[in-house]
Amino acid sequence: MDPLIFKIILVLVMFLVSLGIAAYSTYAERKVAAFLQDRIGPDRAGPFGLLQPIADGVKMFLKEEIIPNVSDKWLFILGPSMFMVTALMTSAIIPWGMPLEIGGTKFNLQVADINIGVLYIMGVLSLGVYGIMIGGWASNNKYALLGAIRASSQMISYELAMGMSIISILLISNGSLSLNAIVDGQKEWHWNILYQPVGFIIFIICAFAEANRTPFDLPESESELIGGYHTEYSSMKLGLFLFAEYINMFISSAMIASLYFGGYNFPGLEYLSTVLPNNVVSFISVGALFTKIFFFIFVFMWVRWTIPRFRYDQLMRLGWQVLLPLSIINMLVTGGILTIFN
Amino acid sequence: MQLTNRSKVVVHKEMNWVEKLYLPAIFSGMFITIKHLFKKKATLRYPEVTREFAPVYRGMHVLKRDEEGRENCTACGLCAVSCPAEAITMDAAERKKGEENLYREEKYAAKYEINMLRCIFCGLCEEACPKDAIYLTDRIVPSDYSRGGFVFGKDVLVEPVDQRIDISKRKKDYSIVHNN
Repeated sequence: MDPLIFKIILVLVMFLVSLGIAAYSTYAERKVAAFLQDRIGPDRAGPFGLLQPIADGVKMFLKEEIIPNVSDKWLFILGPSMFMVTALMTSAIIPWGMPLEIGGTKFNLQVADINIGVLYIMGVLSLGVYGIMIGGWASNNKYALLGAIRASSQMISYELAMGMSIISILLISNGSLSLNAIVDGQKEWHWNILYQPVGFIIFIICAFAEANRTPFDLPESESELIGGYHTEYSSMKLGLFLFAEYINMFISSAMIASLYFGGYNFPGLEYLSTVLPNNVVSFISVGALFTKIFFFIFVFMWVRWTIPRFRYDQLMRLGWQVLLPLSIINMLVTGGILTIFN
Repeated sequence: MQLTNRSKVVVHKEMNWVEKLYLPAIFSGMFITIKHLFKKKATLRYPEVTREFAPVYRGMHVLKRDEEGRENCTACGLCAVSCPAEAITMDAAERKKGEENLYREEKYAAKYEINMLRCIFCGLCEEACPKDAIYLTDRIVPSDYSRGGFVFGKDVLVEPVDQRIDISKRKKDYSIVHNN
């Protein structure tokens, strides 16, 4: 098979998987929320309410589309589309599993193995805030603007600490920015979490902030800003905003799993690859990665239904005065230890 | 004064460095929420499962028939008089020849209406009834889109001959035994 065809198929599959997981994340969120609050959650549409995301989607499509008169029409449309596109772009560089073998040639389960993979993700993720910013600004509504400003300043503040904690990862993975190399360096149980526990905590806190999840959901805090940056949005444009957030959550979980929990690696994978056929091992590794991803999506929801929202000054203090210095110290200590032992 | 042994003294002390990390508090909070994941749910899947009513529950009224399927009500009007919400109205009529299998006594209610929006479900009509005709059951008054739909006539209130409504829970021991 032509590698190009394989890549196109993989892109399509990842596109559909991202959308599917995002759709069912909304369902899972409601279920998890309900169970954590001693309720049952949606159970009317289909068995266990499994068709609920479809019903929600249909509802979103059928709602009246309202574009405010005073808004900048083109930017108003550009905002949610940009947020969605950037959210979907990130899944391109994550290595989803061991290489597949089709007709004697090996195909990497990764759309693009670019050597600056981590940088690419950081870049695309920070592009996502343009979607929020443009959407909030074009609405011509003070609440939307406030939400958008909060989102962008929050993004900038936490991206720094996130970048610093990623640098510590790069130090212990021989300086390669390629996600493939980083995951490859965590064979069996040599997961980065064991070498970088502090870095992991910083990273996961920043991931929560980047994904606008509680306790960092100030950009859309409905109790003070109505709906934040998507106050003026309705119908599927609102759906795109909400949907893209769940895709971001999925990608963040995939990043956490790849950077700190060995990606598709798990203890015993080496042994399995000697006894089982190549493609079976490949599928098992994909399953391992997705198990980790689903666990972290659950953690995202678990935290959301446990912790209340930060106050804005607390958010800024945590980002600039705690996480950033801590991540710099973490990086220096990692570098120092590496210099001593090498 | 201490009313319970659960009260806590609030102290405004400086937090120590472990508390300032917040992480232990967050983890203990997450532990509490995860415990709720496995707790028994408070929700009942309503239309399939219904919560058991108390034996004294007063719901939608029923106009009873006797064992031979004849309406008990004689339109005496005691229920309407006793009703504090004035929800009951009725028109009396005389039983014609050949209607003996429909109405138990010579007088019957040609029209019998309860306005369910006025009714406060106090059960006084049931207590006032000398003929064992009206009872409050454990059925729930169905919802409707218009006010007019809540004025229940005989078509809704009188129990069908083939689907008797069970009122044994509410039937009093001192109810009058008729010998007609």
